[in-house]
Amino acid sequence: MFSLDLLRDAVVFGLLVGCFYAAVSIGLSVAFGLLDVPHIAHPAFLVLGSYCTYLLCQYGWDPILAGIALMPVFMLLGMAVYRFYYVTFEKRGTEAGVRGLAFFFGVVFIIEVGLVLVFGVDQRLVEADYIGKSLTIGDMRLPLRLIVAFGVALVLTVGLTLYLSKTFTGRAIKAVAQDEAALRLMGANPVRIKQWAFGIATAVTALAGALLIIVGPVEPTMDRVYIGRTFCVVVLAGLGSMSGTLVAGLILGVSETIVLTLLGASWAPAVSFGLLLVMLGIRPQGLFGR
Amino acid sequence: MKPQRYGFWVGAAAVLGLAALAAATIRNEYYFFAAYVVVQFVVLATAWNILGGYAGYVNFGTSAFFGVGAYIAVMMIKATGLPLGLQILAAAAVGGALGFGVGLLTLRLRGIFFSIATVAITIILETAVINWRYVGGATGIQILRPPVTEPFESYIKMLFVAVVLLAIVAVAIARYIETSWLGRGLRAIRDNEEAAECSGVPTLKLKLLACTISGALMSAAGAPLAMYQSFVEPASAFNLTYSVSALAMPIIGGTAHWLGPVIGAVLLGTVQQVVTVTVSSELNVLVVGVLLVLFVVAAPEGIVGLARKLRLRLRSRSGAGNS
Repeated sequence: MFSLDLLRDAVVFGLLVGCFYAAVSIGLSVAFGLLDVPHIAHPAFLVLGSYCTYLLCQYGWDPILAGIALMPVFMLLGMAVYRFYYVTFEKRGTEAGVRGLAFFFGVVFIIEVGLVLVFGVDQRLVEADYIGKSLTIGDMRLPLRLIVAFGVALVLTVGLTLYLSKTFTGRAIKAVAQDEAALRLMGANPVRIKQWAFGIATAVTALAGALLIIVGPVEPTMDRVYIGRTFCVVVLAGLGSMSGTLVAGLILGVSETIVLTLLGASWAPAVSFGLLLVMLGIRPQGLFGR
Repeated sequence: MKPQRYGFWVGAAAVLGLAALAAATIRNEYYFFAAYVVVQFVVLATAWNILGGYAGYVNFGTSAFFGVGAYIAVMMIKATGLPLGLQILAAAAVGGALGFGVGLLTLRLRGIFFSIATVAITIILETAVINWRYVGGATGIQILRPPVTEPFESYIKMLFVAVVLLAIVAVAIARYIETSWLGRGLRAIRDNEEAAECSGVPTLKLKLLACTISGALMSAAGAPLAMYQSFVEPASAFNLTYSVSALAMPIIGGTAHWLGPVIGAVLLGTVQQVVTVTVSSELNVLVVGVLLVLFVVAAPEGIVGLARKLRLRLRSRSGAGNS
C-alpha cells in the first residue's frame, strides 16, 4: 500500500534525482533557452559525455574527475558545432527553423549509431568508491552515488547560474539572448558571444554526462528518454531561466519518483513527456518565463 | 485537357499494373518483402511532406502515427478478424483523429516546440501500449495471418499490392494539395504565418486539414505492419527511426515538389534495404542520419532542386550558344 513512509522516500529520492535532472538540462537551458538554437541533439551529447567518461574510467580515472577533464574538449566541440550551425543556417536565414531542426535530428542518430558501432548496444557502467554503497539516515537508505551526483549537480547548476548573472561575459550572454541587435550596436560581436556560450553549455553537458553514468548504467539510445527529461525541465522552467531550471528539475524528479512508486517503472518515460506536453499545451512560456 | 494532366494518372495506373504483374510473375518472395518496405516509406515520406514540406511544421512523431496504425490493426485482428482493407481504413480514421489533435497543438506551438511535442506524443503512446496487456504489452504480440484471399498466391504479395495502392493514393493526395488552393495556403503559412492570417488565409483550418490528412496516411501505412511482420512490439512499431526516415526522405528528395518524397523514399529506402542486408541494421540508421545532415547542409532543395538547377544551367548554356 501507499504509505506516508513511501511518500517521504519518494520525495527525498525525487529531490536528489531532480537536482541531477537540473544539471543534465542546464546546458540545454543555455543553448536552447538563451541562444534559441533548436538543440535536440543535447541529450545525445549528454550520452556521448557518459561514454567518454566511461573510456577514461577504463584507465582508472575517477568519473567526476574524468567529467571535469572532458569539459575543455566538449567546450571546443560545442564551439565548433555552433560555428557550423551559424555559418550553414543562421547566417543564411532562410528556413533556418526547419533545416536546423532536421540537422540536429540527424546528428542525434549519427551519435547514437556511432556509439552503438563503437561500444555495442550493451549497458555500460563505471566504478568508483562511492558507487554501490549507501548511506543510512534513520530508517532510510540513500545510495551514495545519488548523493554524490546531487552534490556535483548542485555545484554545477548554481555555479553556472552565478556565472551568467555575475560575470561580465555571463551578462553579455544574457544580453545577446535579450536583444542581439542592441548588442551589435554596442560594438560587441554577438556571434562570438553565442559561440562561447554554446561552448560552455556543451562543456557543462560533459560533466552532466559523467553524472549520468554515475547515477546508473548507460546505453546508446538512452538519449531518447532524456529528450523528454531535459526539454521538460527547460520548458517547465521557462526559456532561459537558470534558477527556474533547478526548481523545474526538482518538480520533475519528485513527480517521476511518485509515479514510479505508485504505478511502476514502466510508466516512468511518460512522466517527463506528459508533463512537457501539458506544459506546452497550457503555458508554453513556463513557470518562470517572461 | 493538356496531355500533362493525364500523365500522372497514366503513370499511376502503369505503376499499379507493374506491381500486379510483378506479383503474378516473380517467384522469389524476398523481393516483395524488400519492396514492401520501400513503398511503405513512399507513403510515410509523402505524408510527412504534406505537413513538413508544404506548411513547414516539422513532425518528429511519424512513428507515433505509424505505431498507432499498426496497433489499430492488431486490435481489429484480435477483436474481429476483419480483412486488411478495413484495418487500413480504421487505422486511417484513428490516425486522422490523432492528426487533428496534433493540429490543435499548432494553435500554440511552432518550430521546435511543435516538434518536441510530437516526440512527446510518440513516447507517451508507446508507454501506454507497453502497459496495455490486451495488445501484448512490452513483449509484443504474435499475429496469425488469415488464409490468403484470391487472386494472390501469398500474403506478402497481397500486402505489396495494397501498399502500392496506398502509395498511389498518398501521392495523388499530395499532388492535389500541392497544386490547389490548399498548397498555396500551406506555403503561405510556411513563409509567414502572421502575414498569411492577415491576408485572409484560414491558417488554422488549413493546418488542421494538413495534420489530419498527413496523420491518416501515416497510420494507414502502419496498419499492414501487423500482417507483414506477423509480430508487433511497441519498441519497433513506435521506433523513432521511422520518424527520422520519414523526415530525411522528403528533405533528400526535395520538399517543394510531390515527386521529392517519392524520389527520396525510393532512393534512401533501397539503400537502407541493401545496407541492412549486406552490413547491419544499425548502419542503415547511420546512412539516414549522414545523408540527412549532408543534404540539409549542402543541398537544401534536395534532389529535385538539384535537378532543376542543372536543367536551368543547361538551358541557359544552350540559349547562350544560340544567340
